[in-house]
Amino acid sequence: METQGSSNELRVDLKVIADLVDNDARILDLGCGEGELLDYLIHQKNANGFGVEISDDGVRACIERGVPVYQGDIDQGLSDHPANSFDFVILSHTLQATMRPQYVVQEMLRVGKRIIISFPNFGYWSMRLNLLTHGRMPQTKLLPHSWYDTPNIHHCTILDFRDLCQEMNITIVRFLPLASTGMEPHNVIKRKLVKRLPPKGLANLVAPVAVFLLEKRN
Amino acid sequence: MTGRSNKLGSVGLVKTHHVELYSQEKPLQLESGATLGPVTVAYETYGKLNAEGTNGLLLCHALSGNAHAAGYHSPDDKKPGWWDRYIGPGKPFDTNLFYVICSNNLAGCDGTTGPSSIDPKTGKPYALSFPLVTIDDMTNLQKALIDHLGVKKLMGVIGGSMGGMIAMQWALAYPEWVDSCVIIASTPRLSAQNIAFNAVARQAIMTDHHFNNGSYYDQECRPETGLALARMMAHITYLSEEGLHQKFGRRLQDRDELSYGFETDFAIESYLNYQGSSFVKKFDANTYIYITKSMEYYDPFPDPATTLEQLKPVNARFLVISFDTDWRFQTSRSKELVNTLYRHRKDVTFQEFASPYGHDSFLLDLPPFQESLQLFLKRIHLEESRRGDPR
Repeated sequence: METQGSSNELRVDLKVIADLVDNDARILDLGCGEGELLDYLIHQKNANGFGVEISDDGVRACIERGVPVYQGDIDQGLSDHPANSFDFVILSHTLQATMRPQYVVQEMLRVGKRIIISFPNFGYWSMRLNLLTHGRMPQTKLLPHSWYDTPNIHHCTILDFRDLCQEMNITIVRFLPLASTGMEPHNVIKRKLVKRLPPKGLANLVAPVAVFLLEKRN
Repeated sequence: MTGRSNKLGSVGLVKTHHVELYSQEKPLQLESGATLGPVTVAYETYGKLNAEGTNGLLLCHALSGNAHAAGYHSPDDKKPGWWDRYIGPGKPFDTNLFYVICSNNLAGCDGTTGPSSIDPKTGKPYALSFPLVTIDDMTNLQKALIDHLGVKKLMGVIGGSMGGMIAMQWALAYPEWVDSCVIIASTPRLSAQNIAFNAVARQAIMTDHHFNNGSYYDQECRPETGLALARMMAHITYLSEEGLHQKFGRRLQDRDELSYGFETDFAIESYLNYQGSSFVKKFDANTYIYITKSMEYYDPFPDPATTLEQLKPVNARFLVISFDTDWRFQTSRSKELVNTLYRHRKDVTFQEFASPYGHDSFLLDLPPFQESLQLFLKRIHLEESRRGDPR
């Protein structure tokens, strides 16, 4: 498999995250999956860093594409890393799968100067409609698992997450609600549409995914 | 060639070669300040060196290994080399891609100069007059072999257990030569417990009444009891409690009921006796005490203040691997190394594998481990081939 990162290959939410990262940054990507984002950051932004991934398949995929990866459980904390040892700590689409989301965020803030978190917004209108009309836990393209067999155990809405930030005394540097989550469409008009951010006031209703850039409040 | 040596994935019939790399006049300079000459190295190679000399893959063996890592010496051999299941066409150490090299370590007893070799000054085996050698010395000797073979670059230096220490030392001592470094079931330094096990093993050997201060080569009896005991104890630490119990449980050996005496009751006792007695036939007691000592002396990062300087020139990409049931060198020991490397911004991948086999897992069949090794080295080969054209 040839895997040189390029913008056409990156999922929309990953591209948004990548745009938040400075060149030459030291990165820790928690729950890095198959390493697409790190691959992109290493090759396109000259980043240095590594991913943490728990699944064997993810680790294998990272090895295959040449992305440094540490097989481990982020719920165990990041005690191996000194404070402020990364420019950015990234948690994309993984927060809802952690056992202790608050602890994970706290640890990210400790080892990273800035942190980036993206998650599926459970307040998205189709989730609400799904639950309202079917009366069952929603199963969507983004969250396809049944409730009893899912890695996603801590769902939250954008408003919930904002509350957490307030409680933890975290500064929201950027808030980017996304209109789409898939790959960038080849159709130019569609591509523009998915890149357009929904209005922030309505984000909790209209954005399936949210990206936050955060830092400690001094 | 026999049918067996033509089997897919085997390197077939191979030969151990010997080369004198240092002489009495031009001796090997040792870390201790002593010198050693002549020095002969026993080695084997599999696969072909490319025209640029850049596709070397150096395998570093552990305490009791030797140069015969793969294939068969004769069609009648019952067993292939010690890492045969990993070496050959299409295997992780793929001889279609790499020029694979394995040499017997310095102070060894299988063709490379060691305490059982003849001291030219006396015409007798060195025994304990052999100088204490270190992991650095072993690495330097391997470097001389690499130069002799015309290898300009190693795409990988790979070692399990003590071999992992040698691989680490390669990355530190010869950063320009090492593209990648695979350190398996190893540790950057022995812990007090590790040293304790070694110390008891050495005591077993050195208190054997045939030891004779190491000068037992011309005696009728060698310190076989001591060496066997050392090996039996070490062997227990190479396996996991779970694995051992699965294999032997509380099964009795050649009997239906307990002896109510001190004969061999249990199957595990008989197995250990066999391990001990077969080991002494092929291994030298002095080599055992020298090599265990060299492991204990190794400590590449004794002072955090100098670690940065040491690691600055290191270019190698690291793959560090541990096994969950290994209690000789636990996963935490691998992580110690991984974290040191991460802190200094080295390119490191760490993976822990579930295995019932304990420390010895890296020698056995473990498909997920094999797959990761293969993917990692293939990736290195791909990137280095791209980069190195033309070198």
